[in-house]
Amino acid sequence: MALLDVKEMTQYFGGLCAVSEFTVALEQGQMAALIGPNGAGKTTVFNLVSGFYKPTRGEIIFDGQSIKGLKPHQVTSRGIARTFQNIRLWFEMTVLDNIRIAQHHALGYGLFDCFLRTPRYMRRERDIEDHAMEVLSRLGLAEVANELPKNLPYGVQRLVEIARALSIKPKLLMLDEPAAGLNSADVEGLIKLIGDIHRDYGIAIWMIEHQMDVVMSLCSWIKVIDFGATIAEGTPEAIQNNPDVIKAYLGDDTI
Amino acid sequence: MQRLTVPALLACLFGVLLWAAGTGALNVYWQSVLMFMGVNIILATSLNIINGNMGEFSCGHAGFMAVGAYVSSLLSVALFTKSQVFGEPLIGPSAAVWLFPLVLIAGALAASLVGLLVAIPSFKTRGDYLAIITIAAAYIVKSTIENIGAIGGARGFMGMSAVMSAMNETINLPWILIWVFVGTVFSVWLIRRFIYSTFGKGVDAICQDEIAAEIMSVNTDRVKLVAFMVSCGLAGLAGGLFAHILGYVNPGTFTILKSTEIMVMVYLGGMGSLSGSVLAAILMTLLIEYLRDAFGFLNTFLHYISVIPDSYEVTQVWKWVVIPLLLVLLMQFRPEGIMGRRELADVFPGLRKFYKFKG
Repeated sequence: MALLDVKEMTQYFGGLCAVSEFTVALEQGQMAALIGPNGAGKTTVFNLVSGFYKPTRGEIIFDGQSIKGLKPHQVTSRGIARTFQNIRLWFEMTVLDNIRIAQHHALGYGLFDCFLRTPRYMRRERDIEDHAMEVLSRLGLAEVANELPKNLPYGVQRLVEIARALSIKPKLLMLDEPAAGLNSADVEGLIKLIGDIHRDYGIAIWMIEHQMDVVMSLCSWIKVIDFGATIAEGTPEAIQNNPDVIKAYLGDDTI
Repeated sequence: MQRLTVPALLACLFGVLLWAAGTGALNVYWQSVLMFMGVNIILATSLNIINGNMGEFSCGHAGFMAVGAYVSSLLSVALFTKSQVFGEPLIGPSAAVWLFPLVLIAGALAASLVGLLVAIPSFKTRGDYLAIITIAAAYIVKSTIENIGAIGGARGFMGMSAVMSAMNETINLPWILIWVFVGTVFSVWLIRRFIYSTFGKGVDAICQDEIAAEIMSVNTDRVKLVAFMVSCGLAGLAGGLFAHILGYVNPGTFTILKSTEIMVMVYLGGMGSLSGSVLAAILMTLLIEYLRDAFGFLNTFLHYISVIPDSYEVTQVWKWVVIPLLLVLLMQFRPEGIMGRRELADVFPGLRKFYKFKG
C-alpha cells in the first residue's frame, strides 16, 4: 500500500480553482518530484498535504490513515516533514534551538515537569539535545550549532532547514524548491546530500524543483501540473520528451 | 560553586532584609519601596512572556492583577478575620501565618483562569486585534468588580491589614516582606525554567515564525494557552501581594495606566529578556520614588524663583507626563530597550563563571 495516497484533491480559493482533481500515490522510500511552471499550484499541493488548508474535496491518506483536516502539527507528528520555498527558520535562535523546538511532537513531558525539572524532563531534554546534535553532525552542521541562522550564508540556512525537517524523523520529507537561490556548486552538493539522506534514512522524498538537473538526477518519478491540473506524469525520460510538458514550459509554437 | 552562587546570594539578601527590617535599619517607607519593587519585578517578568517572548501585545495585565488581588484579599479576610462583609472568620487569625501562601496561590489560579479570556481568542487572533481583546478583558474585570456592591464596588475593599497584624501577633516577623521576597524569587525562577525548556522555547518560535512553528510540530494553541495562563497567574500573584502590602484594594488602581506602567518596564528592559525585565522593574520603581521627591523639590524651587503662580502646585500627577515621555524617548533612541533580546550573561560573559545560565 502506498505511503501517501492523495485522491482527487481539489482546492478552491473563492472562485479560483488552485488545485483540481490532484491524485498521487507515493511509495515508501520513493523519490518523486512535482514540477510545473510558476503559479501552477505546486506549493498549494504541499500546503494541502501538510495541513495548512483543508482541501475543498478529495481525500489524503498517509500511512493508512486519513490526515485530511488535521492541523499542521498533527500532520507533522504523523511523519510528514517539509521545508519552505522561502527559508523559514527561527532566525533569532541558535541552530541547535531550531532543531530542539522541532521535537515538540515527542516532548514526553508537561509544564510541571519543566517547573520541577523532574528526572523525566532532564532525561528527555538530554535526549532531545543528543538527537539534535546527531542530526546536525550528519549534515556537517555541528560547528554552527550555536550560531544564529541569520548570521549564516544562504546555502547553510537551507541545510539547517533540511536538518530541522529530518530531525522530526519523518517517513515522508517534502522539499519545496530546495535548490532555489543556490549557486551551481551548492546545487551539486545538495544533489549529493539529498541522495545520501534518501539512501541512509530510507525515507520517501517528494520535492518541488525548478532546476531540472536536480530533478532528473534524483527522482524516479515526476508529476507535472499546470493551472492546478495534472498534465503529465511518469519517469524522467518520458517527461523530458512529453510534448504537453514542453508546451507548458515553453509555450505553444503555433502562432 | 556554579549551582550555589545565586541561592547563596539570595539567602544573604533575605537575611539582610530580615535583619534590617527587624532592627529598624530599614524604615517602613523603604520597606514598602522594596516590596513594590518585588511586585513590579513579578509583573514585568510575567508580562515579558507575552509581550517579549511571544511577541504579542497585551495591554491588560492590570486586569489579571486585579483578579489576583481581589480573590486573595477576599479569601484572606473571610478566612482569617472578623469583617463586616463576611462576619466571623471561617478559620481564625492564628492560622493566617500558615495558610497565607495558599490564599496567594488561590488568587494566582483565579487570575490564570480569567487569563483564558485572552488565551482562547489568541488562537485565531494576532497583533493589534489581540491587543484590543486584552484591553477589553481588563475592562471586563474592572467593571465587574466595580459593580459588585457586596465587596465594596468602586469604593474598594479593605481589611487585609488586620490579617497582616494577625500574622505578626502569631509570630513576630515582617511577614509581608517575607512573602513578597519569596513570591518574587519564585516567579523569576518559574519563568526562567519555563522559557529555557524546549517546551517554553515554543513561545519564542511562535514569535519569530508562527507558521514554521506549526509546521515543525509545535502545538501553537497549547503553547499559547500555557504561556497566557502562566503569565496571568503570576500577575494574579503580584496582585495578591500588592493588595496585602497596601491593606486595601480599589478597582481604580487597576486601570490601563497600571498596565501601561508594566508595559513600560518590559520595553525599558528589552523584549524577551528576563534579566532586562528585572532590571527595568528595579529602575522604574526607584525612578518613580525619585520623581516623588523631585517634584516636591521642583515645586519649591519654581515657587522660590517665582516662575509659576502661587496658586499652582507641581504635583505627583506630573509623573504621568514624565514617564510616558520617557517611553517616547526610549522608542526613539533605543527601541530594543536596555538589554535587547540578550540576557545579563550575554552582556557580561564573566558571570558564567558563577552561574550556569542556560538549560
